[in-house]
Amino acid sequence: MDIKTILLLIPLLPLIGSAIAGLLRHPIGRSGAHTVTILAVASSFGLSAWVAWQVFMTDWEVLNYTVYKWAVVDGIELEVGFLIDSLTALMMVVVTFVSFMVHVYTIGYMKDDPGYQRFFAYINLFTFAMLMLVMANNFLQLFFGWEAVGLVSYLLIGFWFKKESAVRANLKAFLVNRGGDFGLLLGVAAVLMYMGSLDYAEVFAAAPTVAGQTMTVFGGVEWSVMTFICICLFIGAMGKSAQVPLHVWLPDSMEGPTPISALIHAATMVTAGIFMVARLSPMYELSTTALSFILIIGAITALFMGLIGIVQNDIKRVVAYSTLSQLGYMTVALGASAYSVAIFHLMTHAFFKALLFLAAGSVIIAMHHKQDMREMGGLGRIMPITAVTAWVGSLALIGFPFFSGFFSKDIIIESVKQIDRTGASFAVFAVYAGVVVTALYTFRMLYLTFHGKPRADEEMLSHAHESPWVVTLPLVLLAIPSLLVGYFTVEPLLFGGALSDAIYIDPANDPVAAVGSHFHGPAAFALHGFVTPVFWLAMLGVGLSTWIYLFQPSVAENVKRRFHWLWTVLDRKYGFDEFYQNIVTGGGLKLAGFLSRRGDRMIIDGWIVHGSARLVGAVAARVRGVQTGFLYHYAFAMIIGLVALVFAFVLLKG
Amino acid sequence: MGVMSWPLLSLVVWIPVITGAILLFVPEARSSLGRLIALVSSLGALALSLVLLAGFELGTAAYQFQEKVVWIAAFDIHYHLGVDGFSLPLIVLTALTTVLVVIAAGSVTQRVNQYLGAFLILSGLMTGMFAALDAMLFYVFFEAMLVPMFLIIGIWGGPNRIFATIKFFLFTFFGSVFMLIALIWLYLQAGSFAIADLHSLPIGLEAQIWVFLAFLIAFAVKIPMWPVHTWLPDAHVEAPTGGSVVLAAVMLKIGGYGLVRFSLPIAPDASSALDWLVIGLSLVAIVYIGFVALAQSDMKKLIAYSSISHMGFVTLGLFLAFAIARNTGELSGAGLGISGAMVQMISHGFISGAMFLAVGVLYDRVHSREIADYGGVANVMPWFAMFAVFFFMANSGLPGTSGFVGEFMVILAAFKADPWFAFFAAMTLILGAGYSLWLVKRVFYGEVGNDKVAELEDLNAREWVLLTVLALLTLGLGLWPYPLIELMEPSVANLVDHIMTTKVD
Repeated sequence: MDIKTILLLIPLLPLIGSAIAGLLRHPIGRSGAHTVTILAVASSFGLSAWVAWQVFMTDWEVLNYTVYKWAVVDGIELEVGFLIDSLTALMMVVVTFVSFMVHVYTIGYMKDDPGYQRFFAYINLFTFAMLMLVMANNFLQLFFGWEAVGLVSYLLIGFWFKKESAVRANLKAFLVNRGGDFGLLLGVAAVLMYMGSLDYAEVFAAAPTVAGQTMTVFGGVEWSVMTFICICLFIGAMGKSAQVPLHVWLPDSMEGPTPISALIHAATMVTAGIFMVARLSPMYELSTTALSFILIIGAITALFMGLIGIVQNDIKRVVAYSTLSQLGYMTVALGASAYSVAIFHLMTHAFFKALLFLAAGSVIIAMHHKQDMREMGGLGRIMPITAVTAWVGSLALIGFPFFSGFFSKDIIIESVKQIDRTGASFAVFAVYAGVVVTALYTFRMLYLTFHGKPRADEEMLSHAHESPWVVTLPLVLLAIPSLLVGYFTVEPLLFGGALSDAIYIDPANDPVAAVGSHFHGPAAFALHGFVTPVFWLAMLGVGLSTWIYLFQPSVAENVKRRFHWLWTVLDRKYGFDEFYQNIVTGGGLKLAGFLSRRGDRMIIDGWIVHGSARLVGAVAARVRGVQTGFLYHYAFAMIIGLVALVFAFVLLKG
Repeated sequence: MGVMSWPLLSLVVWIPVITGAILLFVPEARSSLGRLIALVSSLGALALSLVLLAGFELGTAAYQFQEKVVWIAAFDIHYHLGVDGFSLPLIVLTALTTVLVVIAAGSVTQRVNQYLGAFLILSGLMTGMFAALDAMLFYVFFEAMLVPMFLIIGIWGGPNRIFATIKFFLFTFFGSVFMLIALIWLYLQAGSFAIADLHSLPIGLEAQIWVFLAFLIAFAVKIPMWPVHTWLPDAHVEAPTGGSVVLAAVMLKIGGYGLVRFSLPIAPDASSALDWLVIGLSLVAIVYIGFVALAQSDMKKLIAYSSISHMGFVTLGLFLAFAIARNTGELSGAGLGISGAMVQMISHGFISGAMFLAVGVLYDRVHSREIADYGGVANVMPWFAMFAVFFFMANSGLPGTSGFVGEFMVILAAFKADPWFAFFAAMTLILGAGYSLWLVKRVFYGEVGNDKVAELEDLNAREWVLLTVLALLTLGLGLWPYPLIELMEPSVANLVDHIMTTKVD
């Protein structure tokens, strides 16, 4: 098969699978649905792996071509096309692999759900949309994929649509994301205006010539065009990748079934914003202002969202806040111009966070869909595979040396230390502090769930058991890369130039190269990791957690009482939800009601049309008199009217 | 002699009118015969309009399939038909919508033959209006089609139908009087009613402004633009399902078409001088009406306001050219706006038609349009819910559906004219999703709302056909708008050239 056919099949197979599982859900039945969709995503993964092999292991020329012309208007060619380079290939493998694991896992997790086929149709559709996003060679298709993954996310958060909380959460997710897309769309419009194309290659070629231009936005303030574009586009990334203050939808998205929390709201969709900025590195490198903005937003998200994770009791929500915090780390890396490191962390995080979510899901199955950790404890003995794999994921998350997360997180911290731009010192503080926080909430979760005395009732415990193989196998298969992928890929990806055909960093200010000059192989780096402050900060978090949650549970209560105000602030999540609920939504609806009642009904209809209204009433009375109900009477009247009209006109002219 | 030598346009206009007139006299007892006649007639018109599409020569802005005979010699009025890239897509849309409405009339039981007859007549008259190349012929069709619509709402409408029809009639009639005056004045200057002659007629700026305003009033009511829009929600609420579908899918396009065919080319300098007015009103429509839509509790009113807001993109896109020229010093982007406006018109035909059909599906079963009377419909009508979510997503401009294409193009063009235009226009991303998906949440999601909802049955075969056809069209245009845009491109380019050439000496 020719390479272009293969590349086309990669997204199309899941799309076809989705259509079959969704539209023929009755004829093919439950096993038909999972067979078709899993075959589709497995083939897609196999082909992606083959493509990645070609890209990374052979002499690959970047492939950039048009699949079809979407529209040609006003001399602007809008196309659907693929750009296959190292970044795309990496994303394709990550997306299809995690998706494949989640598909298999779903067989176990959703086995009693009446919407079984529908669920498989959605996750297959998601895989298609995400692949279109990462394979795009232009902004139009990026936007398509961007919103299409948003659609599937909406459908899946609201999968259990009888639940009021679920359909509230999916509406919220879609609208907050639309807030981000608002920025993204304006950014795309600016790209077209200033660079005359939406094709990545052409835009990157034109970018340096635009760098010096300015535009007046408001009040005569001159903005660098590139800064304006980059910040607008990044606002889109803030929605999709849940950065403060557009993060509020992600914790609520946990209303959806756990497999999609792993796939969409941890491993893949939420990293689309990170991917986009990395993809557009030739543009972002031209605006230090935008990078500083990104750095600060990322640092705020990394630290402050992690803090909320400490006070959550719902196991999925702990992992969700952890995801927010880790996305913050990736964003910090972007803001530090360490794009490849952000992508590296995106990859390791995809594995270990999908693992943690699926492990949480395995626990939730055992607990009969209870998610409150206060009713768990001691589950490690009952479900050893889940517990061990969760430990692997957790050690990766806190950045324990040799685990995959260690390499990516440590190099993010090292990179931030290398740069000198507005916000850098705050970012350094945030990423260091974040290490303690991460270790604290991660081990709190481990202890509360798997260790200590069981707090569930006898009845529940007697039924709890390890999950079936369709659940544990994906856990094991994800645990392997969570442990190893960092060690084996850190050198080629970050310091060996494997991503250099896709990512551009201004050589005068390259933090990754600076870190690389002290890098002497992954083993040495990891061993050195045991003596760095980062490691001891993590150990501080682990130690605190161990002391409090394993040995002195009363301390948690004492701290909570002593620092009640702080606990309240965290428990209320800094009040973002209240702000959106009361000010944005509430205010918007009040305004809507006001405009409808006062604007339309009172002023326009009431006052302006009022004068004619009386006339209308009078005419109505007349018309009622000649109403006979026979259509040909009306038709006759119509002809008479027309004749009269023409006649009147003739007279007028004559 | 092939089919191409037939007077195709006349056939597309008059087949429905004549069969419609015959249907008026078919007795009630023979309603299945009536339905058959209507179906055959509407399918015939659709087939012929597709022949037009197939035979349409791409790459030229010239009028095609022209037919011209003298009608009233004394005033040099001609029965002159022809199509270009602007009118042909609208004619096909009209023929298609008529077929769907005839199929949807399966749920109508009262005076079916007259109902179908009125729709066929309406369809032929609207087609005639889109095909007219003589201004007086255009005007006659423009006025005449009010009558069947008036009757459709007035006879088969809801409890307040008389009020709604009169409001509808007075608004439109009020507007068209100004157009008549403008046409007569233009005739006196040009000595001809041929639209092509009016296009090339040189007019001073002051006169152009009067002509422009007269046309604007007529077309603004039809579109409708803020603040002359309040007739539309009332008309929709009272209209039977088929009436709403035709009103939204086709009749709202008449105003936009009028701007393209009359306002812009006849008064380009006035259009340029007053573009701020149209752009301002368009942005008010998009933002203000978007908010008003959020506050609606009646599904049809909500969709009606949504239509007004979406029509804001049509008027915005059509009038961006001048600001783009002033702001960037070049014309790149002007065609983008106009093409976007045209795509938006066609797309809105599919999506709003589908949404009104969807409301009809519920209304036929529950006899309520109130959102509060529903809840959890997805539990009992899963396939219907799938269609509904799809169409409301399309209405909120989801990429991959036709709802995205026009809005995307207009927003891109608007940014070139002024980033603030794009800023306000792009608010539809949030507002449109807000009112569309909030409706979905309240009507379709949640636990089954009440006993009536619990008894609902999923789509029947007729409803499946209607919604599937529209869904495929919505997807098709969203995934591959290329053919439609290619068809319109020469006419768009020609219009841009024309309006950028001043008529003032």
